[in-house]
Order: sequence, then structure tokens, then C-alpha cells
Amino acid sequence: MSALVVPAPTSARHLSKTVMWITAGVSALVAFGIFAVLSAAGISEGFNIVAAVFVSAILFVLLSYVLSRIVEGRRKASDRLATGLVTTAFIVALLPLVSLVSTAFVNGLPRLDATFFNSSMRNVVGEGGGGLHAIIGTLEITLAATVISVPIGIMTAIYLVEYGTGRLAKAITFFVDVMTGIPSIVAGLFAFALFAIVLGPGIRFGIGGAVALSILMIPVVVRSTEEMLKLVPNELREASYALGVPKWLTIVKIVIPTAIGGIITGVMLSISRIIGETAPLLIIVGMSTSMNYNLFSDRMATLPVFVYTQYASQGSDAQAYIDRAWTGALVLIFIVMALNLIARLVSKLLAPKGLR
Amino acid sequence: MAIEVQESNQAKAPGRMGDKVFSTSSLVAGSLILAVLAAVAIFLVAQSLPAFLADPADVNDGQGFWTYVIPLVFGTIWAAALALVIALPFAIGIALFISHFAPRKLAQGLGYVIDLLAAVPSVVFGLWGITVLAPAVQPFYSWLVDNLGWIPLFAGPVSGTGRSILTVAVVLAVMILPIITALSREIFLQTPRLHEEAALALGATRWEMIKVAVLPFGRPGIISATMLGLGRALGETMAVAMVLSPSVIISFALIQSQNPTTIAANIALNFPEAHDLGVNVLIATGLILFLITLLVNSLARMVINRRKAFSGAN
Repeated sequence: MSALVVPAPTSARHLSKTVMWITAGVSALVAFGIFAVLSAAGISEGFNIVAAVFVSAILFVLLSYVLSRIVEGRRKASDRLATGLVTTAFIVALLPLVSLVSTAFVNGLPRLDATFFNSSMRNVVGEGGGGLHAIIGTLEITLAATVISVPIGIMTAIYLVEYGTGRLAKAITFFVDVMTGIPSIVAGLFAFALFAIVLGPGIRFGIGGAVALSILMIPVVVRSTEEMLKLVPNELREASYALGVPKWLTIVKIVIPTAIGGIITGVMLSISRIIGETAPLLIIVGMSTSMNYNLFSDRMATLPVFVYTQYASQGSDAQAYIDRAWTGALVLIFIVMALNLIARLVSKLLAPKGLR
Repeated sequence: MAIEVQESNQAKAPGRMGDKVFSTSSLVAGSLILAVLAAVAIFLVAQSLPAFLADPADVNDGQGFWTYVIPLVFGTIWAAALALVIALPFAIGIALFISHFAPRKLAQGLGYVIDLLAAVPSVVFGLWGITVLAPAVQPFYSWLVDNLGWIPLFAGPVSGTGRSILTVAVVLAVMILPIITALSREIFLQTPRLHEEAALALGATRWEMIKVAVLPFGRPGIISATMLGLGRALGETMAVAMVLSPSVIISFALIQSQNPTTIAANIALNFPEAHDLGVNVLIATGLILFLITLLVNSLARMVINRRKAFSGAN
């Protein structure tokens, strides 16, 4: 605050762009030089390019701070420092994303072949085998969870926006928020506790996983649908009432079609959130090496659990198991990214003209 | 005329019927959520009562339930807190970068890129943490122990695989980064334009404008975003289960091979083989995790809601 109350005059002198580029070049040269010498002298193994880029970024931020402090004064210098640090934070955050996706590609591609998509792990020890059973299981369980969650979620959102007033609506809003925070493993434990009491201990089947995933999915659907319904202008509803249309038809024919793009986007994003869940499925669905199309009996394989078990219990030919795990991970990443992309496209294409 | 009236009456009746059906079904859906949440609590309590009531001699090789749980609770909170300490500065930096530093046209695209991090399944994070991150940071850990080993946090002996609680915290930090970033970005973008322009008009640099206008306005938002991130980190399962080699201890040391594990990871690792009372004990730990996250999330929601009432004046 004091800086503004008694502003120290910012100097009229200004560091030109050329100077900044030269500073950047110098810091990059120094950093890469240091790492080249280190690797040449054999102190570090190989040339570490990530570290070199990181060090040159830090050097650049520090150098430009010192230069700016000398030429432009304290206030502009700290402005440059903040800009530099904030930009570095962003770039550093991109590192894990880039590293993760590239590792998944490099390690997953060798087994991304036809065998992976047309065979299960039945009687497979060592090389070969695939994830077809896991892909089928994931699709079935996710579909079941969607069928359970979407009607409940959308109807709840309609209740909250169109009908709900008073205590009950407030309570539902609060508890939807609470549900958002339920850890996924607790959802799995709940499904297990529920079905274990009804159907006896040691129960494992697909529909239980769908119930567990619904617990995670419903609040996301409610939240996003609610936001979208709130965006529909009240004038549309009033115009419809003025024409004598009953309330439920107004909702079905006017409100929902106006918001449908956003609702579909929300549903797809919620699917992309639950399709990668591992922990609840590990508990209530378990794992199997064979095909199982029946949601209502016996253990089922799912893609995330497939990835986990391939890694966690490696057989004698460990590399084959690790390769399969990475290919499973890569397929999972593909599915999730595709869902995200389609969701964004849908929301762009179906957005009502007035709200675009 | 008379016919018309009759017709409109006929048309009205199914309309009312439809209204009733529709409003009732939406009410049922809403109430179902309350019922489900109540069921979650009831069934978890029902299944964990045997663990609470059991003779201590039968639980955990005769050491009792609480000696089993307390190290797990400590590990859960310790790992989540570390993750938060790592993630928070980055999240605020990224949120500021997207809301105030990046070129307007790029900002939304950059936001999507960060959101993509949230889309990566946790099991893939676990795989990445164990095959890429742990080996990459191990030399750094060795260096830390050799040079800063006198600080209790970095006390040796160093983990030979890099699979320590600090690695877990880094993975967790990457996982909670998107949620904290997304929420604080929203809050930063809501800063009243007039406040920002007033600061700039007084001659403030961009950083000074952020310090006097954006950050004070966004503080409650940052706090609640942090709490929500903490809630997410507390419940994260697979990344911890895969990266950490667990042991039941209470230890603040960051980079040793003996690390406290978390409730969620412990459940995931032991549940498939558990039987009889063991299942009840694990469900009881799950109940405790549920209560911890419930507490953290409710606090966050309270801060957000207070905030909403306040910003209504703007």
C-alpha cells in the first residue's frame, strides 16, 4: 500500500526490448554452457535439457531484475520480477503434463496393436494378451453409471432452479456440495457396505461399481446443469407462460432446449471424470482376466484397474506387464481427452444464439 | 365460443396432470440425493461399528484400533499438507498469469491446457510418478541428504528408489493444481474493473495493481480454493498407493525409505485381501477419512458462501 501512498518516482529511463532479448540470450548461453561442461566432465549423466531450460529461466528473471533495478528503479524492477516468476510458474506447471503425455506415448505405443484390442488376458502369462475385457467392462460400468446419474442429476437441477424454494432446496444445494467432496474410495466403500449387507460379505460385481461411480457423478451433473438452467433468461419462461403453456411443458420445450448444449457438455465432462476412477472399482468390482459381459454377477475387469494390476502384480516377464499397463494408460488418456474435446465442441455448436 | 371454452378446459386438465407428475419427480430426485447421502453415512457407520466395538486384542495384531488409525491419519494429513505447500504458490502464479499477464486471446486456451491436467486419471499419475518422477528426483534427494541432512526434514538415510513421501507430495500437488488454479482464476477475473483501473491511474505498475486490487479482493476465494484442493488431496488414493512403499510409522522425514502412508492408499492396498473384521476395520478408517474431508470441505463452502453474500453488493 505504501508504494501508492508515497510513490517513489519511476525512473524515466526504460530498458528496451533489445536489451531484454540480449539478457535472455546471455542467461540461456550461460545455463546451457554450465550443463554442457558438467556433462562433458562426467559429473552429471548426459545433458539434462529440462534442468538447463529451468536454470536459464531463473537466471533470466534474476538478471533482468538486477538490470532493471539499476536502470529503471525499484518499483519497475519488482514488476519485472513478478512477471518473470508468474510466467515461470506457468511453464513449470506444463512440465509434468508434457512429461506425462510423452512418457505414455513412448511406453504405450509398442503394445498399441490389434492384439490389445481383440483379446483378453485369459490364460496369458508373459507376452501377448490385451485389454479388450477391461475396455468392455469400463464401457459397461460407465454407461450404467451414466444411466443412473443423468436423470437424477438433471431432475435435481430442475427442482433446484425451477421449483425449489425454502429449506429443502437449501439443504439439497449444501449436500450436493458435500457430495462433490466425497473421496472416491469412500464411494467405493459405501457401495461395498450397502451390497455386503444385502447380498452377503465378499460381494464383487459390476453394478456395484456403477453405483459407486454414480455417487461421484451425480453432484457434477447437478452442478453443471444448474448453472446452465440459471443462464436461461426469465423472459423466455414468462413469454411461454403468457401463451398459456403449462410449467412442465415450458421446462421441457423451452428451458431445456435452450440449455441443452451446456447440459450435454456437463454430462460429458462428468463422464470423463469418472471413467478414470480406480479406487472404488478396485474395491467393489475387483479384477478378472476373462471377458464378463454381465454387470450383475462376478468380478469384471476395468481399464484403470487393469492398468493398476498389470503394474502392481508383474509376472515373470515383467516388461510385458509394464508395456500393457502403459498401453492401457494411453488408451485411457485418449478416451478422456476425446471426451473433453467433444464436450467443448458440443458446447460451442449447440450454444443458443443469444448466449453465444 | 362455448366449444372453445370447453376445449381449453380439456387442454388444461392434462397440463395440470403433467405439472404434478413433473414437479413430483423432480422433488423425488432432489430428495433422493439427501437419502443417498444419509445412506452413505448410515451404511459406513453400520459396517464400521464392529471395528469400533471389537475387543482391542482382536484388531491389528492385538494393538487395538486406534494405534492402527493414528499413524494413517497423520500420514494422510502430512502428505496433503505437503502437497498443498508445493501447489499453492504455483497455482496462484498460474491463475495470475492466465487472468492478468497472458495475452487476452491466449488466456482461455491456456486455461484449457491446465484443465487437461485435471482430466488425467489418477492411476496414470501413479504410473508416471513411479517410473519417471521417482528415479528423476532420487539424485536430488541424495544431494539433499549429503548437504542439508542436518535439517530434520531431510534426515537420512536416503531412499534408494526415490519413492518417498516428498515424491508423493509432488504428484499430489500436480493433481490438485488444476482445481486451485481454476477457482482462483475465476475469482481474480471478478476483480472490479474500476479498482484495477483506479490503481493503474494512480501510477501503479501491474504488479502493484495486483497487490493492492486483485489479491485483497481474491483472498477469501484463494482460501476456499485451497481448502477444496486440500480435500481432494486428502482423498487421493491410487497415486499414493502406487508410489509409496508404506509402513505404519509417524515420521516427518521427507526422503527416507520408511514413510507413513495414507488412509485411502492403505484401504486400496489391503482391501482385496481383507476378510472378516479386517474389512470392518478398513471401512472404519474410510469413515474417518470421510469425516476429515467433510470437515475441510464444509469449512471451504462456508467461506465461499459468506463471500457470495458480500460480493452481491458489487
